[in-house]
Amino acid sequence: MDEILGRYRLLQRAGGLIAPVVTSVMAFLVGGLVIVATTHKAPWGVYRGIFNGAGLNWILPWISAVDRTNAGYNLQQTLLVTTALILTGLAVSFAFRCGLFNIGGQGQYIVGAVFAVWIGSSLSGLQPAVHIVLAVGIATLGGAVWAGIAGFLRARFGAHEVITTIMLNWTAIWVASALLGQGGPLQGKNGSDNPISADVVDGAKLTVIWGDPLLQGLSIGIFVALAALVLYWIVTSRTTLGFGIRTVGKSTEAARYSGIDVARSTFLAMAISGGFAGLAGALDILGWQFRLSVGDVQASQIGFIGIAVALLGRNTAVGVGLSALLFGALVNGTSTRNLDPSVFRPELAGNLTILIQGLVVLFVGADVLVLVVLSRLRRRRA
Amino acid sequence: MTTVDQPVRAPAIAMTTRRIGIAGIIFGLAAFWIALPPLTVRSVVWPILVALAALAAGIWAVREGERRIGYGAIFSAIFGVALGYFATQTSLGHLNIVIVWSAILAAMLRYATPLTFAAIGGLFSERSGVVNIGLEGMMLMGAFFSVWGDVQFGSWEVGILAAMLAGGLLALVHAFFAIQLRIDQIVGGTAINFLALGITGYLFIQIYGEQGTPGSIAEIPDVRLHLDKIPPHALGHFLDGAIGQLNLMIWLSFLVVVLASIVMFRTPIGLRIRSVGEHPRAADTVGISVYAVRYGAVVLSGMLAALGGAYLTLGFVHSFNEGMTAGRGFIALAALIFGKWRPFGAFGAALLFGFSSAIADRLALAWGTSWQTLFQALPYLLTLIAVAGVIGRSIPPAAVGRPYKKQ
Repeated sequence: MDEILGRYRLLQRAGGLIAPVVTSVMAFLVGGLVIVATTHKAPWGVYRGIFNGAGLNWILPWISAVDRTNAGYNLQQTLLVTTALILTGLAVSFAFRCGLFNIGGQGQYIVGAVFAVWIGSSLSGLQPAVHIVLAVGIATLGGAVWAGIAGFLRARFGAHEVITTIMLNWTAIWVASALLGQGGPLQGKNGSDNPISADVVDGAKLTVIWGDPLLQGLSIGIFVALAALVLYWIVTSRTTLGFGIRTVGKSTEAARYSGIDVARSTFLAMAISGGFAGLAGALDILGWQFRLSVGDVQASQIGFIGIAVALLGRNTAVGVGLSALLFGALVNGTSTRNLDPSVFRPELAGNLTILIQGLVVLFVGADVLVLVVLSRLRRRRA
Repeated sequence: MTTVDQPVRAPAIAMTTRRIGIAGIIFGLAAFWIALPPLTVRSVVWPILVALAALAAGIWAVREGERRIGYGAIFSAIFGVALGYFATQTSLGHLNIVIVWSAILAAMLRYATPLTFAAIGGLFSERSGVVNIGLEGMMLMGAFFSVWGDVQFGSWEVGILAAMLAGGLLALVHAFFAIQLRIDQIVGGTAINFLALGITGYLFIQIYGEQGTPGSIAEIPDVRLHLDKIPPHALGHFLDGAIGQLNLMIWLSFLVVVLASIVMFRTPIGLRIRSVGEHPRAADTVGISVYAVRYGAVVLSGMLAALGGAYLTLGFVHSFNEGMTAGRGFIALAALIFGKWRPFGAFGAALLFGFSSAIADRLALAWGTSWQTLFQALPYLLTLIAVAGVIGRSIPPAAVGRPYKKQ
């Protein structure tokens, strides 16, 4: 085992790309086995259906012009999901650097979305730039405060953040449902009885850079997410704050002896994490959703998928970006709207995504297993 | 265990301070209680007076050094007077709908039972040194496979067996990764939860499709006790309403708590589990197989959590839905911490969380569905407060979360 671990560290230094890739391949293989076992269909066709549903065939040079247009629509949606996943992935990664496991990204995302839809659908006379900055800023702050509660409870009382963030998730879900639901203060006053918010006013919508604004074209939110990746890298590896957070993550004791305020680092790590998730909620609302319903709040999984994104991306900026794209494609490619039902039932495929996600998390944790498999394969080949 | 003699400063006085602080907490709750049926005091003066007594006791306790209990009493006084005021301003009609004590107790037991099973499961796992964040997923597996076994074979007994098998199998996966491969147990548990969500969701759609689980499942029977014959009539009526008709699984959960307590603290098996969780190296030295004990404990925890899930579907809701456990596994984990890793403590905490769910239900009865959604958040908020308030004094098993490596 130790010899394998040693070799693994060498691989890590060589770029750390092998284990995540092998992990993903293994997860997809198991997913394929599930497809074969339950539906007796060839997994290859299903995976190609998901690939096309995600619009990734857009990059293939040989497809027809009509196909390319459709693929473009799908790819725009994939990139929108990727935008949100980059940020919810960062929400998990940033806390991880401090040794904290933030599985409350979902709740922080919802808090951000609620604030964004509240501000975005009111204050209609405002300058667009001011309106957007205000909505995004307050949503980010809302997410930060929501996660900050867990950070504070951890720093002050030692309450484990896994339990507190899960409880905050459910609190956020039910409070948001009450706000948007029948007779709730955020329910749209446009005469309908649907438990849904009013629409975001035009001035608060983000500029669409690729595609049709009415057909969920890609908004400038993707650049915000990419900027957040750069910011993440700068903060964690180039600032005193990031150094303190990483030191606390490696050893609380060492951090305390070297004079780092552990409680402050813990709180800030959680709050900043929550800020990323809150920002994701704001970009989704102002970028393409434009309204929020009780159904959205209860069905959303973006925050949870962020966990798999962060783990697969090994908490590095580049890794999070790439795995967000992978999961974005997987989520969008298996959505009811995009997956060709003759290939595979989308409801099943959605659950297959969750399954693959679980396998990724499991295998990423067990990098030793990946190496054992690798060395077995090598031995067999020899 | 031998106790070490420690110089204690004036133990008698410390004890009375403590008692006064606890009395303060009780008075704070009483300020609310007297405004509810059956007493139903309608003047706000009485809750205020009682809360003042609680406040005084709390301040005294804080000044004498019992800070935690003292602040608890002050908090309880403020809370009690606020809720008491609210109750006196509420119409009698609403109060009588919400506060039906026998119905509240029965609902509390119904909501607490899944938590109890899962918390006792978590107890075994964590006492052996393996963190089990995956309780939620194991419960979900139990919930689904109990329905599947039940429908397949037309009997709830088979359903329960299928649930335990499925929960145990998933727990075995967790055990393998946590014990053998020594992965981070919290990450592993999270993966387990995703897997359970994916597996049950996939099979649910694949097998039952749009219609959902059939309505013809064989339900776990209720135990009907005719307690209304107990004199006096009011008591008999109350008991009959509270525990006269409880599901078999609820009674089984009481039994599990008692058995867990006996096994954990009165048998060699329990001693082994605890020693592996406190000091695995020492346990290994005296010939206890750390791996075997941990495997057994984790698998047992999965089976118990699955029993909780089976109750949820076959004894409570009578159907399955995707992700229906809704965080109950995590609340059970909080109950375990709140109960200081002890069976009766965890049971008490589960009852408390069950109580808040029951109250949330009753409140919705009086104030209608638009408020119901908001009341749903109550148990989660309470869990949050409980975890924050008690955690400093709740000490986990020493080796929990640390993988053991044989030498």
